[in-house]
Amino acid sequence: MKRHFEVLFELARRPSLGATRELQAATIALLVSLALGSLLVFATGRSPATVWWAMVTRVADSPYAIGQVLYKATALVFTGLAVSVALDAGLFNIGGEAQLTAGVLACSTVGAALPASTPAALAIPVCVLAAAAAGGAIGALIGILRVTRSAHEVITSIMLNAIVAGLTLWIGNTLLFRDGTTRGLAIAPGAELPLLGLGGSPANAALIIALASALAVWWLRGRTTWGQAWLAIGRNAEAARSVGISVGRVQILVMTGAGALGGLGATSFVLGHKHAFEQGLGSGVGFLGISAALLGRAHPFGIVLASLVLGFLSTGGLAVSDIIPKELTEMLQGIVVLAVASSVPWVQRRSAA
Amino acid sequence: MTTLLSLAFLTQVLRIAVPYAFAALGGAVTERSGIIDLALEAKLLFGAFAAAAVGHATDSATAGIAAGLAAGMAVAALQMLCSVVLQANQVIVGVALNLFALGGTRFLLQLIFHEGANSPPAPSYGDAVLGNPLVWGAVLAAVLVPLAVVRTRWGLRLRAAGDRPDALLAVGVDPARPRLHAALVGGALSGAGGAQLSLVVGGFSADMSSGRGYIALAMVILSGWRPAFAVIGCLGVAVAEAIRIQLAGGFIPHELAPLLPFVLTLTVLVVYGGKGRPPPASLGKL
Repeated sequence: MKRHFEVLFELARRPSLGATRELQAATIALLVSLALGSLLVFATGRSPATVWWAMVTRVADSPYAIGQVLYKATALVFTGLAVSVALDAGLFNIGGEAQLTAGVLACSTVGAALPASTPAALAIPVCVLAAAAAGGAIGALIGILRVTRSAHEVITSIMLNAIVAGLTLWIGNTLLFRDGTTRGLAIAPGAELPLLGLGGSPANAALIIALASALAVWWLRGRTTWGQAWLAIGRNAEAARSVGISVGRVQILVMTGAGALGGLGATSFVLGHKHAFEQGLGSGVGFLGISAALLGRAHPFGIVLASLVLGFLSTGGLAVSDIIPKELTEMLQGIVVLAVASSVPWVQRRSAA
Repeated sequence: MTTLLSLAFLTQVLRIAVPYAFAALGGAVTERSGIIDLALEAKLLFGAFAAAAVGHATDSATAGIAAGLAAGMAVAALQMLCSVVLQANQVIVGVALNLFALGGTRFLLQLIFHEGANSPPAPSYGDAVLGNPLVWGAVLAAVLVPLAVVRTRWGLRLRAAGDRPDALLAVGVDPARPRLHAALVGGALSGAGGAQLSLVVGGFSADMSSGRGYIALAMVILSGWRPAFAVIGCLGVAVAEAIRIQLAGGFIPHELAPLLPFVLTLTVLVVYGGKGRPPPASLGKL
């Protein structure tokens, strides 16, 4: 009879495409996206080559733009991980918007409540924990509803996204915003994360927290029994149950962790850049995290890469907004996800044949 | 209370319910054939945009409606290309299409009208109920679609594709065919819902579907994938929304009032949960 952990390990093994095939799928997806994007550029009456070239050179030549790419990628790593961790366990967490917004609210409120003299060694961890706890609470709620009420997480997530956004706006308007602005009180100076100093861009030390989170997720899912349990559930929940994994409990825990990761995105926005609660801060990044997770093939390091690609697309789109409408790159982000989602099964079938 | 029972209130409920009902009918048809239809939001958005753009160009609301139907079908065709032909994950395709629609309609606004958020005016049905063919169409569809799903050969095939694709294969029918037909009909229905959004106010504005597609899908799930019951659920959402409009400036803060349909849906989902009918057996598994 096989030992328990051996069964577990077998269950958790991903039917991976292998590095070459993954790369092949990514290349196909990238080429298809580039071709479709070129068609769109063509529709605006510009030459695609000029636009792509301008996009690359304008970003590469400016430290500020590179900083912008890193700043955008930082938050995407968090919301991307929030999606991928849940995906590993067979859950689709599209509540990143709610988790991030809750994180922003908690992080900025706690930061503002701290006495101005709080040392960084205390202020930063407290604010980081507040962000994670708030996001984690939303994640836990989604997980609990799924496990105890069989309410599908995709639908509850979307409802919660809308509800949290409205509630936050209401809380801001009635309690937080000062003097007719849409900005709350500033956080304690000790809680501010240092900038990376790239041409005055908002790229900040939250990038390190993001990379550490990616590393932690990689270690947890690949190197611990606990991670094996969560992967096993994603592969085959019935089989996982039969080897004694408490599926419901692990699912709730995973959703809590995923939510916490989403909430941590607030560290970059609040602690690193704005230093206060602001209306709409981080809005859209939760949704874009889905793209980052899918593009990164739900692997922690893949997500870091995908976040950089998406950050580049968004920054590059703004950098060439005098040539083409910036909505084009927003559209392109959807196209990239479609292309990746479609090319992977295609490569899979071909390699099986 | 009198205001709540007046004819004006009832017509308002009907008007609000139309996009939800169309989207829910479309979603139910597509999902019964075995395809997860998260792209309802994209179909509503592109339907609304196409109806406004063509309505503006031709100055004909009827042409706008036709364009809305076509746009919904086009999104459905793209969805089927990715999820059936290329066999991509259906949930991912839906989410990506919604993302694509959000940016895509804004891109088209910019490209065609050089506008950031609003299209130029299109023909408007305004508050009309009797004079709005989309309202009639929705009532008709709410009766005919459930009947067609249960009573016709077409409905039998699409239900077989959703519940027992292997049985369909055994009698020599490729389940992909009824699925494609279902998706196109579903797309047209959802596109009609989009047309109602823009042709009531007489123009398109960015993100004007604002989550209605997701709410409609929640109603499909709650109804146990039965289109008639999904429409009843949508009527419930519309009543809640109409009451909210009637009570505007009342005791509910204006930031929280728009949340009512979401809170309502979530509550019903939590209370009723997965106790209802199970989904079509092959839903999402191709």
